[in-house]
Amino acid sequence: MTFDVVRVRADFPILTREVNGHPLVYLDSANTSQKPAQVIKAMRMHNERHNGNVSRSVHTLGTEATSAYEDARGKVAAFVGASTPDEIVFTKNSTEAINLVAYSLGQHLALKPGDEIVISEMEHHSNIVPWQLLCERTGATLRWFGVTDEGRLAPDDDLINERTKIVSIVHMSNVLGTINDVSGIVARAHEVGALVLLDCSQSVPHLPVDVQALEADFIAFTGHKMLGPTGIGVLWGRYSLLAEMPPFLAGGSMIETVTMGGTTFAAPPARFEAGTPPIAEAVGLGAAVDYLTALGMEAVHQHEQDITAYALKTLTDVPGVEIFGPATPEGRGGTLSFGVDGVHPHDVGQVLDALGVEVRVGHHCAKPTCARFGVPAMTRASFYLYTTTDEIDALARGLDQVKKVFG
Amino acid sequence: MMLDGLYQEIILDHYKHPHGRGLRDPFNGEAHHVNPTCGDEITVRVSSAAGEFSDISYDGLGCSISQASASVLYELLRGRSPEDAAGIHEAFVALMQGRGQVEPDEDVLGDGIAFAGVAKFPARVKCALLPWMAFKDAAARAGIDVSSEASEVKA
Repeated sequence: MTFDVVRVRADFPILTREVNGHPLVYLDSANTSQKPAQVIKAMRMHNERHNGNVSRSVHTLGTEATSAYEDARGKVAAFVGASTPDEIVFTKNSTEAINLVAYSLGQHLALKPGDEIVISEMEHHSNIVPWQLLCERTGATLRWFGVTDEGRLAPDDDLINERTKIVSIVHMSNVLGTINDVSGIVARAHEVGALVLLDCSQSVPHLPVDVQALEADFIAFTGHKMLGPTGIGVLWGRYSLLAEMPPFLAGGSMIETVTMGGTTFAAPPARFEAGTPPIAEAVGLGAAVDYLTALGMEAVHQHEQDITAYALKTLTDVPGVEIFGPATPEGRGGTLSFGVDGVHPHDVGQVLDALGVEVRVGHHCAKPTCARFGVPAMTRASFYLYTTTDEIDALARGLDQVKKVFG
Repeated sequence: MMLDGLYQEIILDHYKHPHGRGLRDPFNGEAHHVNPTCGDEITVRVSSAAGEFSDISYDGLGCSISQASASVLYELLRGRSPEDAAGIHEAFVALMQGRGQVEPDEDVLGDGIAFAGVAKFPARVKCALLPWMAFKDAAARAGIDVSSEASEVKA
């Protein structure tokens, strides 16, 4: 079955709108993806027909809502190859998932001075700052892989050693588009007894991800970058580890029993889902997973590889454009950051917006990555299953206009 | 096209040929401001002598709007008394926060009136204000208050 981008686009109502008098060219899916009608409808139906609170109501609506919420957990578990739905913890977003691990695992491991946590220079701030705070609390030391000129992780044989307790690395960079081959890092970490978290915020939406094949201990990703709604993220963790970890947020739903003298906690995943969760959002994420599964993640990934190859070639041909990150589609995804000689990314983004072309500009919540390439900001075009070669052409025409305004 | 309102020739001209750019000594006060959402940054220095801002120098990294705004600030405020500077400062801030509803006075704002269009782009207002906020802080560190009820130069 060939991938039919025209048919896919017909599922996304927003793609028919205009921006500033031009057809919308949405090239900011690494920031947040658009939602198909199937996701929007599933959430509306839930709110119109099945709304109740979960895990606490005996009435029909509450039971339906609980079943819808847990169905979504099951879908997400199957999507990433989890052993059981109980390994799926719903969070607010990837940021909360990473903070959960930093807090709970940090406490479980009783980190102390002399222990080390390893990250990289191509991380999103959400996979830097929680570890900096954990190091401040515990006296542990933060270390990191550098990044090569080509936008790859720089090999460093001594970085992961017997002092390393946690390794937290991005699977696919939100700036450079690099897909990191993490197998060596995971193997090395496990060899020294360290645990591995992978930030899969940019990989799970775009390529087949199987937690068994990755062999990591935790992965984090978020609903709104994979056709789902905002407000829901996912932490997958090995059940045996989750079962040993103390709670992160405390309150309703995460308890076994509470007395005025003390509390015992529920088993995972409930232990990590204090308070009323994002229920309709979980339903929406479940619908998004259904949508992606029906298309097939291999097909989605192949489409994006084709678009990325076309975009790399097209942008390389635009004089004055410098691409940051891998120059060929191998080992990279459809997120492409670049500079336009002599023009600040804000100005690039503003001119493109006037032509209906929506890109992200700025530091992309990854200031160290920008600093590594000697720039304060970049322009980023990011693609998804609905991106067409015509849209890449529109981007290239927009860049010509940018140079005209600022030339 | 909508962009014409934003990228006035005057703004592009100040961006391409900035006036007074570069940090200079001596100075009485300095402030470094960043826009955390986009990473733009600017350093502004002020020196005061004989009851006026004898020099204002700056350097920074940023978009055309923030950099042109610094150039216009230099033109408008250098050589001014704290009272005059405060009045101009207030008029510029009012223009930028006016959502496009404020009619700028060219006698007060000079080239600054070209920024009237920026006020219609909420995402860019911060860019235009970045050097002005840094200037206000730098002046404060030099002991000069450039809020609307500005005081005398104390130095």
